[in-house]
Amino acid sequence: MRVSGGTHLRHFEQELEKLKAKLLEMSALVESAVYWSVQGVVEKSESLAEQVLKNEGRINQLEIEIDDMAISLLALQQPVAADLRLITAAIKINNDLERMGDLAVSIAERALALIREPVPRAMIDIPHIAGLVQSMVRKSLDAFVNRDAELARSVLASDDGVDSLRTASYHELMSYMEHDPAHIPQAVSLLTVVRNLERIADHSTNIAEDVLFLVKGIDVRHHNERQLQGEPTAPTARV
Amino acid sequence: MTRQVTFRRRFINAFMLSLTGVATLLVVSVLFFILGYLLWHGIGSLSWNFFTKLPKPTGETGGGLANAIVGSAKILALATLIGVPVGFLAGIYLAEYSGRTFAFVVRYITDLLNGVPSIVIGIFAYAIVVKPMKHFSTFAGGCALGIMMIPIAVRTTEQFLRSVPTALREGSMALGANKATAIFTVVIPAAKQGLTSGMMLNLARVAGETAPLLFTALGNMYWSAGWSQPSASLPVMIYQYAISPYEDYHQQAWAAGLVLLALVLSINVTARLIMSRGSSLARR
Amino acid sequence: MATPHQQLQPITTRPPAELTPPPSSAVPKIRAQHLNFYYGTFQALHDITMDIAANQITAFIGPSGCGKSTFLRTMNRMNEAVRNTRREGEIRLDGEDIFKLDVASVRRRVGMVFQKSNPFPKTIFDNVAYGLRINGVRKKSIVEETVQLSLERAALWTEVKDKLNKPAGALSGGQQQRLCIARALAVEPEVLLLDEPCSALDPIATLKIEELLFEIKNLTTIVIVTHNMQQAARVADYTGFFLLGKLIEYDNTRRIFQNPSKKETEDYVTGRFG
Repeated sequence: MRVSGGTHLRHFEQELEKLKAKLLEMSALVESAVYWSVQGVVEKSESLAEQVLKNEGRINQLEIEIDDMAISLLALQQPVAADLRLITAAIKINNDLERMGDLAVSIAERALALIREPVPRAMIDIPHIAGLVQSMVRKSLDAFVNRDAELARSVLASDDGVDSLRTASYHELMSYMEHDPAHIPQAVSLLTVVRNLERIADHSTNIAEDVLFLVKGIDVRHHNERQLQGEPTAPTARV
Repeated sequence: MTRQVTFRRRFINAFMLSLTGVATLLVVSVLFFILGYLLWHGIGSLSWNFFTKLPKPTGETGGGLANAIVGSAKILALATLIGVPVGFLAGIYLAEYSGRTFAFVVRYITDLLNGVPSIVIGIFAYAIVVKPMKHFSTFAGGCALGIMMIPIAVRTTEQFLRSVPTALREGSMALGANKATAIFTVVIPAAKQGLTSGMMLNLARVAGETAPLLFTALGNMYWSAGWSQPSASLPVMIYQYAISPYEDYHQQAWAAGLVLLALVLSINVTARLIMSRGSSLARR
Repeated sequence: MATPHQQLQPITTRPPAELTPPPSSAVPKIRAQHLNFYYGTFQALHDITMDIAANQITAFIGPSGCGKSTFLRTMNRMNEAVRNTRREGEIRLDGEDIFKLDVASVRRRVGMVFQKSNPFPKTIFDNVAYGLRINGVRKKSIVEETVQLSLERAALWTEVKDKLNKPAGALSGGQQQRLCIARALAVEPEVLLLDEPCSALDPIATLKIEELLFEIKNLTTIVIVTHNMQQAARVADYTGFFLLGKLIEYDNTRRIFQNPSKKETEDYVTGRFG
């Protein structure tokens, strides 16, 4: 709510903007981490993988700062309605982002392992899965920034595609391991990478669900589109 | 039996209504009756001469009561000069500085002073002003009326200053004003409507006092120069003319009465106008 | 594939913002030491010792009758106007004992805004100029400039600039309170005390005043008594919790509302009593 005219924000709004800015900073770092970690696998680039490991510290620190800020806002400002949903969504998204960062680190570590003991030929189409997952990450964060419910729904829809890709990759890798036991370690690394990518996609869907709650106030978790029905409404006067 | 009770009740109701109604009408009509009577009898004698000429001996036309009008004005001016400042400052002391018991005592004594008959005040003024000066004077008249003004001035000032909310005093002192500054820059201005109208009503009340002037200003058929000569005044002139055996003097007395009444009424009405305008300005 | 936003840069880690503890620095703006205050035989304040930080907002909270207003009014010696009171202990303003200074000068340096707005029955301009005039400032240009500046700081200028000669009583409740703030600011006090300034106002007027407190914090030290603890949470840097005349806890506001050390504080802010 604007108090004076023009662009002057009140104190609380300024604090909310700071929270959003930190969250955006974190999401940018996490997006980059996911990208670099995959590129590290695909391009066999040690420097990219190292970079992901280096930036993990900042991502963890941001998680602490965002939680700290969110709790402070809850304690001191008593937010309601959209402000309250924003802050609780921020806490949850914060958590999902940090987990994504951890998963990116895990992928980077697999990248380093694969560089040391390379795979003779490409076994599965990592770039394809990674591309889908990255697009889900991007869309879920854009949906948060722009409060875009439709974009959030599209992220939820893409999750099934990623799941089926992961299942297909598993079968491929299983058959490969049967035929070429010498390269089982590399196959396992690739399994881990695929699984982590799929989990990153899951976190993106979590973020998308949080965005829907933020924007529409509806709880779509666990495939449950339950509006705030069944809650008692105010009595209406009979004329 | 109930029919009788009802009838009795209704009768008593009607009777009381009539009785109180008639009394009210009486109250209201008395003022208009007096005004009407004075107008009827006095308006004929009001003329340019009345306001500008000295009294002429009976039988001669063209006389007036200019000296009485001027004399009253001088006496009342002096009375105000004596009574208002003393009463005002004492009222400030009572309202702002004194302790509870002292204020109570002073108020009590002031009320007693107010109750002293005006003729006694006149004798008192005679004793302390006229006798040492060895003659009657405007000055003595002013003193007598001034003494009469003091108690009302004290009570009015105290009452209106007390009615100013403490919050205003606090606000002033919180800005660094000491007590006296707060009183004179905030409290008194806040009470100014009440104070002004109170003083005007005070003046209107003493304007018609006759008894004290009999011992002090006495009377004068001619102009009274300065302050130490006896002076004519409207109330005394009315008295003197009214008890005289001459018809033309009676007419002048009616006219003087009309003028005096008009003066007093207009002061009253003005004072009340000031009060009502004041309360609408300070709305919250 | 999507391209990343960031450049490749190492980033140093920093711990989260420390909750700064209340000041115990060399010379706090106001220091109370072992202050006891009595109304007749009733002891309203018990051994209050606390420092008020300069250019911060400090709030006093607590249930009715806990002494917070009494303590506030001791800081500008307004309590002395009440009969039959007694005080022990010290209060120092920038190191000087306020009870040894001239009382009018203490009140010039420590201004006060009251619970119910009390504009004088004068014009808006004269209200704000009052403090200046009684302190000897006569020059018309200075007075006019200061009046405008004070009204701007109190977020009232745009609403009244065309009616400075109208009576102050014509303003709404919220505007009158901001006028009282402007009036207090005109004498450039070092400390501004506010005794439940918003308790008679609607939420929007309250919000305007809270916002302006943030704006003027750097001009003056602010101490606010409020019975609305959410207001203290929103506005104050430091909060002191009073109960039955004692200072129970005094800390960074965040700690008071997030993680208080004393059980009584916790009970009060969570609404268990009071």
